[in-house]
Amino acid sequence: MGTIPAEHALMLAALLFVLGAVGVLVRRDIIFILMSIEIMLNAAGLAFIASGYKWGQADGQVMFMFILTMAGAEVAVGLALALQFYRKQKTLDADSANKMRG
Amino acid sequence: MNELFYISSAVAAASTIMVITRANSVHALLYLIVSLLSVAVIFYILGAPFIAALEVIIYAGAIMVLFVFVIMMLNPGPQSEKQERLLLTPRMWAGPAVLSLILISELIYALTSAGPQAATLRVVSPKDIGVSLFGPYAIGVELASILLLAGLIGVYHIAQKGRQD
Repeated sequence: MGTIPAEHALMLAALLFVLGAVGVLVRRDIIFILMSIEIMLNAAGLAFIASGYKWGQADGQVMFMFILTMAGAEVAVGLALALQFYRKQKTLDADSANKMRG
Repeated sequence: MNELFYISSAVAAASTIMVITRANSVHALLYLIVSLLSVAVIFYILGAPFIAALEVIIYAGAIMVLFVFVIMMLNPGPQSEKQERLLLTPRMWAGPAVLSLILISELIYALTSAGPQAATLRVVSPKDIGVSLFGPYAIGVELASILLLAGLIGVYHIAQKGRQD
């Protein structure tokens, strides 16, 4: 137990972050974009936990709790915006947002 | 424990790939929950059992339930699934995939060039986190509460039904 190099956990965090970034770039559905942002935030949290593991300190886990709070607030606002967007546009396609008109 | 780490890493990576390639949003959401649960296992292995519990309760529980509710309210249906499937062509994928591949190889090169150093496991208890959270990070807790209040008021304002502006 405890022989996992912290670099491997950081590599997994980098991989998950890049996958989330690809999701944001490729997908056009607002719900999918929000899910990809969640993946990226979770990967950032994993990087903090891996750093906390490397030095055996609690600070990384405190940072993860802040990320968790921020993710909760962000996803609530994002989903509320998606609801309003769907009510106006009858679609979740982010490309149709150029027809918003103020 | 090492095997568990690598197995759950593979599960996390595979289910995340499934999330960003599904056309149906409910399927993607279920894969995202699997991804979050495997990351929770990794947290547990890395000596963060409290954070693993928070990941399951808040991320895989509360935040994903929010997604489920919104998907149920919007009810995108087969029409948007067809539209998404049209967009999921290799032509759409090629650019971001190549650029991200360059980025991830750079990151992996940067992380491996120093050579792996085995870390010693120290399990951080909830007490340690609490002492740290309400000691040096107390201002962060206050700011987080302000952020949540702002989020609450903002969501209440945005999601009102009869807004015509």
